[in-house]
Amino acid sequence: MGETITFWVLAVVSVSAALGLVFSRKAVYCALMLGVVMLSLAVLYAVQDAPFLAAVQIIVYTGAVMMLFLFVLMMVGVDSSDSLVETIRGQRFWAMIAGIGFAVLLALAVGQAAIGDPAGVTGANQRAGGNVPALAELIFTRHVFAFEVASALLITAALGAMVLAHRERTRPRPTQKDLAKARFVSGYPGPLPGPGTYARNNAIDMPARLPDGSVSELSVNRVIARHDVEDGRLPDDPELAEAIRQAAAEEEEHNASIAGPKEDR
Amino acid sequence: MEPVEIIQHSGGVIGVAWLMIALPLLGAAILLLGGRRTDRWGHLLGVVMSLASFAVAVLAFVELLGMSGDQRRREIELFQFIPGMVDMGLLIDPLSIAFALLITGVGSLIHIYSIGYMSHDPGRRRFFSYLNLFVAAMLLLVLADNYVGLYIGWEGVGLASYLLIGFWQHKPSAATAAQKAFIVNRVGDFGLAIGVFLIWTTFGSVAYGPVFQVAGQAEQGVLTAIGLLLLLGACGKSAQLPLQSWLLDAMEGPTPVSALIHAATMVTAGVYLVVRSGAAFFPVGSTAALVVTVVGVATLLAGAIIGTAKDDIKKGLAGSTMSQIGYMMLGAGLGPVGYVFAIGHLITHGFFKANLFLGAGSIMHAMNDEVDMRKYGGLRKLLPVTFVTFFIGYLAIIGFPLLSGYFTKDGIIETAMHHSPVLGWLAVLGAGITGFYMSRMVFMTFFGQKRWAEDAHPHESPAVMTVPLIILSIGSIFLGGYLVLGNTLANWLAPAVGGPEEPIEFHFVTTPGIATLVLVAIGAAFAWMKYGRAEVPVVAPRGSFVTTFARRDLYGDAINESLLMRPGQWLTRLAVFFDNRGVDGVVNGIAAGIGGTSGRLRRIQTGFARSYALSILFGAAVVAGALLLVGNI
Amino acid sequence: MTTHYLVLSALLFAIGAVGVLVRRNAIVVFMCVELMLNACNLAFVTFARQHGNLDGQLIAFFVMVVAAAEVVVGLAIIVTIFRTRRSASVDDANLLKY
Repeated sequence: MGETITFWVLAVVSVSAALGLVFSRKAVYCALMLGVVMLSLAVLYAVQDAPFLAAVQIIVYTGAVMMLFLFVLMMVGVDSSDSLVETIRGQRFWAMIAGIGFAVLLALAVGQAAIGDPAGVTGANQRAGGNVPALAELIFTRHVFAFEVASALLITAALGAMVLAHRERTRPRPTQKDLAKARFVSGYPGPLPGPGTYARNNAIDMPARLPDGSVSELSVNRVIARHDVEDGRLPDDPELAEAIRQAAAEEEEHNASIAGPKEDR
Repeated sequence: MEPVEIIQHSGGVIGVAWLMIALPLLGAAILLLGGRRTDRWGHLLGVVMSLASFAVAVLAFVELLGMSGDQRRREIELFQFIPGMVDMGLLIDPLSIAFALLITGVGSLIHIYSIGYMSHDPGRRRFFSYLNLFVAAMLLLVLADNYVGLYIGWEGVGLASYLLIGFWQHKPSAATAAQKAFIVNRVGDFGLAIGVFLIWTTFGSVAYGPVFQVAGQAEQGVLTAIGLLLLLGACGKSAQLPLQSWLLDAMEGPTPVSALIHAATMVTAGVYLVVRSGAAFFPVGSTAALVVTVVGVATLLAGAIIGTAKDDIKKGLAGSTMSQIGYMMLGAGLGPVGYVFAIGHLITHGFFKANLFLGAGSIMHAMNDEVDMRKYGGLRKLLPVTFVTFFIGYLAIIGFPLLSGYFTKDGIIETAMHHSPVLGWLAVLGAGITGFYMSRMVFMTFFGQKRWAEDAHPHESPAVMTVPLIILSIGSIFLGGYLVLGNTLANWLAPAVGGPEEPIEFHFVTTPGIATLVLVAIGAAFAWMKYGRAEVPVVAPRGSFVTTFARRDLYGDAINESLLMRPGQWLTRLAVFFDNRGVDGVVNGIAAGIGGTSGRLRRIQTGFARSYALSILFGAAVVAGALLLVGNI
Repeated sequence: MTTHYLVLSALLFAIGAVGVLVRRNAIVVFMCVELMLNACNLAFVTFARQHGNLDGQLIAFFVMVVAAAEVVVGLAIIVTIFRTRRSASVDDANLLKY
C-alpha cells in the first residue's frame, strides 16, 4: 500500500517534471526539472529494493552529471533560451505523433504481456548478505571483464573531454607591458567607472553618471545590458536607456565578430 | 573414261614439287623483308625465282610424261596442317601441271617484261615481291591436293591481286579499285568457304581423292548446294556475272599485272575450280552444271558488249577477258569434252591475252601512259614489233582460222551447240561481237590518222619487253592447233578429269564454224567502216542508249549501288540511329533517371540532426509495431 | 505493480524522445537523452525485481557508467562547438547536408 502511494505520487511528479523539461523555455529550468525526475527515480529504485542504485543515482546523476550540465550551461550562457518558433516544417507535429504513437505502442505491449507477481530481489540480496555485496559479487566475478572495459571507457572519456576542451594558445601570453600598451591604445586609460555612481538607484545594470552629469555607457556590463534590452527592462530615463542600448549593441557586434560570418540559412 | 586413281609418290622431281611454291615465296620474303637493300638486284631475284619455278615445273612435267597414262596422278604428302582434318599435300596430275606450266611460263615472261616496263618506277622491288607472292599463291591454289590448300592459295592470290591493283596507291582511283576488287571477292570467297565447310561436313574430308571417290553417294541436293557455292567462289575470282564489276576497275594496276593476274592466270582460277570439281559436283545434266553454262554464256555476252564501247584500251581488253572466261565457264559446264576445250582455251587465252595486254603496255609505254584509244592511231609504222605481235594476238582471239583461238573457241562453240543449240548460237553471237570490238581496237590503235597528244613521241619498246611479246605471239599462233589436233590435250587431261568416250574429231567445216567466221568477218568489216576508214573523233560522241549501256558496264555498278550499297547505308544509319536512340537512350535514360531521383532524394539530407532523429523514432515505432503485430513480444 | 512501473518508464522515454525532437538547445537535447536513459534504467530495475535476480540492476549500473562517460564527452563537444560557432543550437550545425 505504501509502495502504491509512493509510486503514484512520484509518477505524477516525475511525468510532470519530464513534461516541464521538454516545455520550459529556460535551460536552467530544464536542468532543475531533470533533477526532479532523477530524484524521483532514485526513490523509485529504493522502493524496488535497489538501494545501491538509488544511492548511485543521487550521487552520480543528481550530484555529478547534473552539476556538469549546470556548469556547462553557465559557461555557454544561462540565457541561451530557445525561441519558440519551430524552424523545421512539421517537426513538432510529427514529433508529437511519433512520441505518442511510440508511448502507446510500448504501453500496449506492456499491457498485453501476461505479467505475474514480481519475484522480488530480496532473496537474491539476502543470499550475498545485502544488495551491495550481491551486486559487488556479480560485478567482480561474472562481469569483471565488462567492468574493466567500463573503467577503460571512463578514462578514455576523461582524456577525450580534456582534448576537446583544451584550447591551444596561438599567441604568446601578453605581458604587463603589452596590457598597458593596449589600455592606452584603447583611448580610455583610466579604470572604467563603476555602475550606479551618481545613479538614482544602486542596481548593477544602471549606467553611472559622470561628474558632468552625462551618462557613461562604459560603466554598464555589456552582457547585462544585452539581457536588459532583450527582456525589455529599460529604465524610464531616455538617456540611461540609450546608454544601455549602446552597450547592448556593442555586445552584439562583439559576438558577431567572434562567431564570424554565419552561413546563410 | 573415268579419272584414274591417285598414287602416293616420293622421290624424283615430283617429290620436290613443293620447290615450285617455295622458291617464289622465298623470293617474295627476301624482297619484302630485305627492304631497300635489295632495291638494286630485287627485280633480278624475282625473275630468277620465277624461272627456277618454271624449271621445276618443266622437269616435273617431263617426269610425268615418262609415266604411263594411268600412273600420272601423283600425290606427295608434305605435312599435317590441321591434325586429324587436313593433311597438306600436293597433287601433281596433268591438269595441275598444265596450270603450273602456264603460270610459271607466262609468269616468267611477264616478270622479264616488267623489268623494262617498271624500270623507272621507284617501287619496282616491291612490285616484283608482290609478283613472286602471286606466283607462289597461284601455284599453291592449283597444286594443293585438298580444298583447304586451294582456299589458302585462293586468298593468297586475292591478296596479291589487291596489293598489285593498288600498287600505285597514291592514286585514289587505284586505291578504290583495289578495295572494290577485295570486297567483291569477299562475296565469292565467302561462298567458297561455305562450300568447303559443307564438303567437310558431308564427306568428312577435304582432300580431293577421298571426296571425289564418295561424292556420288551424297544426296543430290547437297551436291547441288556445294556446286553452287563453289560456283559463287568461281564467279568472284573469275569476274563472272553477277560478281564481274571489279575486273574493269582492276585495270588501275600496272599493265603486267593486268596481263598476268587479270587476264592469263588468276581470273582463270574459277575455271580451274569448276573443272577440278567437275566430275563430282558439276556432272553433265546437273543443275549446278546448267547454272555454270548459263553464267558462262551471260558473261561472255556481257563482257563482249562492254568491250565494244570502251575507249580505254585496257578496259576494252578487260571486257574481252570477261568474255573469254565466259567461254571457258561455258565449256567447264559441258562435261569432259567441254573440259578439254575449256582448259585448251584457257591456255591459249593465257598466251594471246597476255600478248595483247603486254602489247597494250608497250603502246602505253610509247605513248606516255596514255590509255585512250581515241588518242592513238597510225601506230603500226612506229611500233612494228608491237604491231605484229598485237595483230597475231588479235587474229588469235577473234578465231582466225588455224590460229590458237580458232581451235579452242570453236571447240567450245561446237560442244555447246551439241549440248544445247540456244547456248551454242549465243556463243556464236558472242564470237561475232568479239570480231567487232577487237577489230575496233586494232583499227583505232594502229590504223587511221594520228590523233596523238602533242607531247607524244612514240618509239618501239626495248628488247626486254619485245622478246616476251614475240614468244607469246608464237604461242598464240601454234598452241591451239598443237593442243586440239590429234587429241593431244584430251589425251593428256584424261587421267585427271576423265576423257570423252571416243576421241574428239575436230571438223574444220561445220555450220556453227562457218557461221562464226561469217559473223566475225561482218563484225570486222563493220569495225573497218566505222573506225578504220572513217575518221575517229578524239572526243567520244555521246552515242545512243545502247552505247551508254555498254559504256557504263551494263549498269553493273549502278545495280550494285542501288541494290546493295544504298540499302547497306540505310541499314547502317538505322543501326546508328538505334544505337544512339535505343541503346544509348536506355542507358542514358536509366542514368538520368537515377541521377534525377537522387537529386530529389538527397533533399532529405537536410543537415538537421533533429530530422534524422525523427526518422529514427519513426523507425523504432514501426519496428515495435511490427513486433507487436507478429506477437513476438 | 510491475506494469505500472513499465508504463511509467515508457511514458518517460517517449517524453524524452519528444524532447530530443523538439528542443534546439544542444544542452537541453542532451538532458532529454539523459531522461531517456533514466527511463530505461527504471525498466531494468523493474525487470530485476520481476525476475528476482540482480542482472537488471547490474545493467542499470553499467548504463549509468556509460551515460556518465557520454555526458562528459558530449558536453565537451558542445563546448567546442559553442566556442567556434557561438551557438548551442543543434540546427546551426547543419553543414553536412546535400
